[in-house]
Amino acid sequence: MTDVLEVRNLHTRIDSASGVVHPLDGIDLTLKAGETFAIVGESGSGKSMTALSIMRLLPEPGWIERGEVNLDGHNILTLPEYRMRDVRGARIGMIFQEPATSLNPVLTCGEQIVEVLERHKIEEGPAARRRATEWLKRVGIPDPERRMDEYPFQLSGGMKQRVMIAVALAAEPQVLIADEPTTALDVTIQAQILDLLKSLQKERGMAMLLITHDLAVVAQMAHRVALMYAGEIVKIGPRDAFFAQPLHPYALKLFASLPGAGKRGEPLASIKGFVPPLHGQFTGCRFADRCDYAYDRCRKQAPAWHGPDPQHQARCHLLDPREEWRLAELLRREDDKVPEAADFAAPADAGDLLEVRDLKVHFPIRKGLLKKVVGQVKAVDGVSLSIRQGRTLALVGESGCGKTTAGKALLQLVPVTGGTVRFGGNEVLGLKGAELKRMRSRMQLVFQDPFGSLNPRMRVGEIIAEGMASFGIGANAQARNDRVAELLGQVGLAVESRYKYPHEFSGGQRQRIAIARALAANPQLIVCDEPTSALDVSVQAQILNLLKDLQKTLGVSFLFITHNIGVVEYLAHDVAVMYLGRIVESGTAEEVLNRPRHPYTQALLAAVPRLNTESKLPPLTSEVKEHLAADIPSPANPPAGCHFHTRCPLAVEACKAAYPAEVAVSATHKVRCIMVQPE
Amino acid sequence: MLVFVIRRLLQSLLVLFVMSLLVFAGVYAVGTPIDILISPEATQADRIAVVAALGLDKPLWLQYLLFVQHAFGGDLGKSFAYNIPAIQLIFERMPATLELASFAMLLAVVIGLPLGLYAGLKPKSLPARSIMAGSILGFSLPTFWVGLMLIMVFAVWLGWLPSNGRGSTVALLGVPVSFLSIDGLRHLLLPGLTLALLNIALIIRLTRAGTQEALLTDYVKFARAKGLTDARVVGVHILKNILIPIVTVIALQFGSVIAFAVVTETIFAWPGMGKLLIDSINVLDRPVIVAYLLIVVAMFILINLLVDIAYSLLDPRVRLSDAGTN
Ligand code: SF4
Ligand code: SF4
Repeated sequence: MTDVLEVRNLHTRIDSASGVVHPLDGIDLTLKAGETFAIVGESGSGKSMTALSIMRLLPEPGWIERGEVNLDGHNILTLPEYRMRDVRGARIGMIFQEPATSLNPVLTCGEQIVEVLERHKIEEGPAARRRATEWLKRVGIPDPERRMDEYPFQLSGGMKQRVMIAVALAAEPQVLIADEPTTALDVTIQAQILDLLKSLQKERGMAMLLITHDLAVVAQMAHRVALMYAGEIVKIGPRDAFFAQPLHPYALKLFASLPGAGKRGEPLASIKGFVPPLHGQFTGCRFADRCDYAYDRCRKQAPAWHGPDPQHQARCHLLDPREEWRLAELLRREDDKVPEAADFAAPADAGDLLEVRDLKVHFPIRKGLLKKVVGQVKAVDGVSLSIRQGRTLALVGESGCGKTTAGKALLQLVPVTGGTVRFGGNEVLGLKGAELKRMRSRMQLVFQDPFGSLNPRMRVGEIIAEGMASFGIGANAQARNDRVAELLGQVGLAVESRYKYPHEFSGGQRQRIAIARALAANPQLIVCDEPTSALDVSVQAQILNLLKDLQKTLGVSFLFITHNIGVVEYLAHDVAVMYLGRIVESGTAEEVLNRPRHPYTQALLAAVPRLNTESKLPPLTSEVKEHLAADIPSPANPPAGCHFHTRCPLAVEACKAAYPAEVAVSATHKVRCIMVQPE
Repeated sequence: MLVFVIRRLLQSLLVLFVMSLLVFAGVYAVGTPIDILISPEATQADRIAVVAALGLDKPLWLQYLLFVQHAFGGDLGKSFAYNIPAIQLIFERMPATLELASFAMLLAVVIGLPLGLYAGLKPKSLPARSIMAGSILGFSLPTFWVGLMLIMVFAVWLGWLPSNGRGSTVALLGVPVSFLSIDGLRHLLLPGLTLALLNIALIIRLTRAGTQEALLTDYVKFARAKGLTDARVVGVHILKNILIPIVTVIALQFGSVIAFAVVTETIFAWPGMGKLLIDSINVLDRPVIVAYLLIVVAMFILINLLVDIAYSLLDPRVRLSDAGTN
């Protein structure tokens, strides 16, 4: 294979108020034709900056200090800007994370492809239109003629990402840079887009630079992988070796911090401290402050590349042949460590804490002259679930399935249309005033975006104490003060944090603050709505560990609303799967995750990319994938009968007749599908 | 779309009705025109006769009802001063005002849009900073002062441009207009600029803010990654998006330009509706004042409606969502 793209010693700088930042410090990599090369890293590692530097699309205060980017042997960094424009789109294509915002909202899909063809003088006029239509077809868009004249907002998220791919590939570039191409998409859609990228790449023999934070996506897609940390590549290798041998302490930690079924009951590895500020020179290893194995040499000398073979290398002194004895010693010590006993016995059955029956939340759709109600968006349509004391129920589903609305409805943050919610044996729907307040103090909420939910003008101590006073907790200000200190300790923050403002904290710390605030009211149940999806995996690990510890010590129950199957596998005791406003399958984690019976659950679990290829579940067949490729219907107008029948591989005529009744596979395992027989 | 237009029209009628009440009551409160219309020497009998002839002897509510009744027939009353229908009087003057207002808006767009784009694309450059400083002046200088200064400089000191009147007009489809003759254009320039100044500043600010926002969007980033030229990125991708709010504001401003023309027309003795209003207020010519205010309100409403329609035509998300979903 020939080298198509070669990046050598690339140094990128950003001017900022606090001096020059060095987001990239000497990046070297090569991309061969027909190869997928993945760059993984957490936020701030410089992976996106690498892509933007190659494209020479750095944001305003950024500039490239030195280095080379050779495309077919010619350095494109020295090209004048107008020549660089002939490279962009034509020889290197790029797609971005957010299909919803990356396509121009006021231009049709067709226009956005045609302009690329015309700009790079591939086709003009009607021929360009024909070619664009062909491209829409090639990226798997049904009815491409019609879609040509549609605007991006008329397409679903997955479709938009397909259009973006068509735009990026229309001029047949040799290299495609995909920057988090599926991060904004649901897993069942993600699986399709990854497949599409793979097949287009094979068909055209192009090189792909895949940039992502998702190790599992990398494991599925890449031929070779580079791991970035603090502006440099710290480990590089062929895919299988990359995952089989961590080599670098950072990689070791990162792999161990991924939640998953295999780690149930054990605490996840977490990395202490933060990414160092990227101003100026480092004298030693950039990871030294956070590395468990750091020794004196690490701070004095930047580690060189070492590794078992020339293809698989990492920057760590421990791999230096001269330090072999040290590594051996460390490995021996690791082996001696008694692993923490896996502790995942669910607490003895203490009875139901929360009992939800037939919960409904319908939003009216108004239309016409008199704003008549012409329909209902049935966001939540007859959801029943129960949560037992001290356990975690995961409510799983893709975007738009109604899981977030269901969580809000429990706390009566949205008007509830019908159903009953019994908390500790008492009906809570319809409570008002003081009683509602008392109920709320026992059920708290933690949001996805910790920043948006914390008042930026209040100090952390005030934020936490605020709830207490209004719920009448703590005898006086002094008592509340003590309690704030105690809570901060519980969530792992320094007591002095109380005098700071939310913006002074990192994302993970802010989530800790939000958790402390929720705990302030001594709740029995905390509804966590995607609490870790905005966080890096190593930070996510800390938050998940914290939540598990809190459950163990305080006995709180969690309703965990998420789309992240890895998180569910790691910490849920019970699982409920939601699709278009209804729960299609529920049971213990063991039952639902290991022996899923509903076709949707099966598809969802199979679509999740995994690090280890030996998943217990068979991979999706292409036939199943084809069914799943249909658009997710709108909750305003769900398909008659079983809502899943438009995408279900097993659907038969009878599925359209009525919504399937609940089938009890076991005392706890319930499925709504006519194909499932009780055992 | 149709439903939307009907709903808006109904709302407009309600607004017009409320406005007519307010205007009527307001003008009544200002004072009685009799003292101005009748010479002080007139006898009491003459006075009563005139009052009766003008219908001013009836109670206010009855006067209002009569007014409404006539208004439905398209009759907004006769001018006390000229003794011809107020509406005719206003319509005669309207083309002059509309021409001035359109000219001013045109100037505002032609000057404001490119300056705003430039300031948005190169915010740190010296010209951009000067543009922004200038736009602050545009906001803060009072119209009458600007008008007087322009007259002083261009008409009095330099003697380049005339300072009042409309100049020679040419009939276009039977309506006299100034912009088709050199002389007329020369007369248009100063009042047009005076009236445009605020809007130039406004459009510069809007365009700049929109451009800067658009520059940060993903779709501009993606357009650049496609290799498009700057001309296409700015001229199509950015402009098409920021034009939506700008067109909206421009159109809405058109209404207030017509209303603001009162001051400018007075300073430049421009024979438009605004000048007519000032003259009518001086003699408390009630029907003309009422008719003028109602017509201006109606125009505002109409412009708003057109703006909403234009908005939905420009923005496919609005245009198609109404028609598509059902
Ligand atoms: S060089 Fe030292 S500090 Fe850096 S990763 Fe290796 S052991 Fe840790
Ligand atoms: S009821 Fe029919 S359509 Fe629904 S999941 Fe079962 S087989 Fe599929």
